[in-house]
Amino acid sequence: MLFRTAEKTELKALFDMLVEKNTVVGPVQTDTDRMGKPLFAFEPVTDQAKLRLDYTTTRLPAKRYFLPFREDLATFTTDGRDWTKTIGYNIDRPYVLFGLHACDINALNKLDKVLMGPVYPMPYYAAKRKNMFIIGTDCRPQPFCFCRSMGADTVLHGFDLFLTDIGDKYFIEIQSAEAYEVAKDLRTETPTEADHMQFMRTVAEMNKLFTAHVDTTDLTKILDMEFQSPVWKQWGDKCLGCGTCSNVCPTCYCYGVEETVDVSLKKARKTKTLYSCNVVDFAEVAGGHNFRPERSTRLKYRYYHKHRGFVEAYEESLCVGCGRCGEACLAGITVPEVIASVRGEEQ
Amino acid sequence: MNKHEPTQRTYLGIPVPRPKVAFFELSSCEGCQLQLVNNETTLLNFLSLVDIRAFREAMTEKYDDYTIAFVEGSVTRSDEIERLKKIRATAAVLVAFGSCACFGGVNQLKNRFQDPAWVKKEVYGSHPIETNDTARPLEDFVKVDLKIFGCPVKKEEVEKIVTNVVLGKTIVAPKYPVCMECKANENTCLFDLGEPCLGPITRGGCDSWCPNSRFGCWGCRGPAVDANVEQMQEVMKKHGFSEETMLDRLECFGGFAGHAAEMRNNIKAK
Repeated sequence: MLFRTAEKTELKALFDMLVEKNTVVGPVQTDTDRMGKPLFAFEPVTDQAKLRLDYTTTRLPAKRYFLPFREDLATFTTDGRDWTKTIGYNIDRPYVLFGLHACDINALNKLDKVLMGPVYPMPYYAAKRKNMFIIGTDCRPQPFCFCRSMGADTVLHGFDLFLTDIGDKYFIEIQSAEAYEVAKDLRTETPTEADHMQFMRTVAEMNKLFTAHVDTTDLTKILDMEFQSPVWKQWGDKCLGCGTCSNVCPTCYCYGVEETVDVSLKKARKTKTLYSCNVVDFAEVAGGHNFRPERSTRLKYRYYHKHRGFVEAYEESLCVGCGRCGEACLAGITVPEVIASVRGEEQ
Repeated sequence: MNKHEPTQRTYLGIPVPRPKVAFFELSSCEGCQLQLVNNETTLLNFLSLVDIRAFREAMTEKYDDYTIAFVEGSVTRSDEIERLKKIRATAAVLVAFGSCACFGGVNQLKNRFQDPAWVKKEVYGSHPIETNDTARPLEDFVKVDLKIFGCPVKKEEVEKIVTNVVLGKTIVAPKYPVCMECKANENTCLFDLGEPCLGPITRGGCDSWCPNSRFGCWGCRGPAVDANVEQMQEVMKKHGFSEETMLDRLECFGGFAGHAAEMRNNIKAK
């Protein structure tokens, strides 16, 4: 790990250097909600002035640059009895992701374990993931953030550069050879002892801002015990089964595949679409049997995958505590409340 | 049909049938049929997949031999019942084409008036017209084999269904609500913008057509499977929308007729 510091003005130099030859994606304001609050999204950005590193969170995670909602796994053209299959990994250039928070980088690290694991790596994901230059940035915990509970408030790897705003300058972490090459062309300095102190003060200040918490102590065991708990039915009654929680989740990766023939009968495609385990036919199988016809069962299984099954398999939760699901849920179902209710705690 | 019979269509060398299809309209705007004619880029491919025997919006000739009947519109007159039954007797497959045919559509708004005679007088005045007291979906009179939802139908979806019919593939309507496609399209949630929306309970498949233009869903495709209408009422309330605002939408196309009636009853009982 290499540490450097840089004046704030170097941010523009960094951005301009990267945007010259790359497509840069970063947090920009895309809308204003009914309360007048800005809404942010990760979008391609060419002007550093539009980049909002002070963003709270985005409605949708950066996942879509790695796992698009829809992507063709293969396309086919037919010619008489013959057919030709074309496989593309749907990435035409490397991307620079400028300004991911620790939770979102941790989410990618979790996806890596599933989608770039040793047995069946998914080339469509890997091709995109390996062609990303990721710049992380520090954040101000929002009322819905519980990343600290999930151990996702700091990130150890999975990025190239990490910028922490320590007041009058940036504290820079360099994690890759590419990042080193980039940082070489910036005016940076070796951090002083005072910079270290300022970094630690910044982190301590950030930690004080957390208001949402999830108690993960013995959670896998508790979930085992409370499989029949009546709280699942209560949350299920509220659940709209709309799939929004999965669609805004930076780690949900479940999908369906559909093959469609073009109306010309000369082309066909195999399309992957991200799906949600809260949607009614997620566990419907050939023949029509549905293993999880009730909303409560489906909601429960989403929690069991995130907070129990994945923990058993990888010794970590599949939730990074970004709080997007709770913010986007129209029924107001949030992870801290659901887990607390399972633990028998009053909210 | 004429001398310019297209060449036999094949898929991977295998000949595909070219079913004889006909389009009909009961009480409707014929907008669903127009949707099909709208997209010129795929129109010729679509037309060569099927042998069109009747299609008032697109051609003058009319023939009575068809196996698949696409019927648009709701039933609002007694002669339409007779016509529909005749179509049913001829067609091997009868498709309810669009929300009017599936649920009664916008026409069924008249069903909630208590005094049909007063309505007729208000609307037609001194030029009375014979109409039934209610606008009904096709399935109230004949067996419907397939429903294609939407006001209007989505052309891409119809083409996909027809392609699958020709290839003998299974046809499935999405069971999930509009939110799934709306999130995939990365729209700002209408509720964030302070607009009501029935997206969370309405059947998807429209590619969130209205929310894509920042226009809240009115439920034209009817309820999604396992739609949580009760919770939707809570959501509307929480966002400051009245019960009437929700009922306006639930009642607009008829797909939620049962839910709307139950909601009205509950309000009355309060």
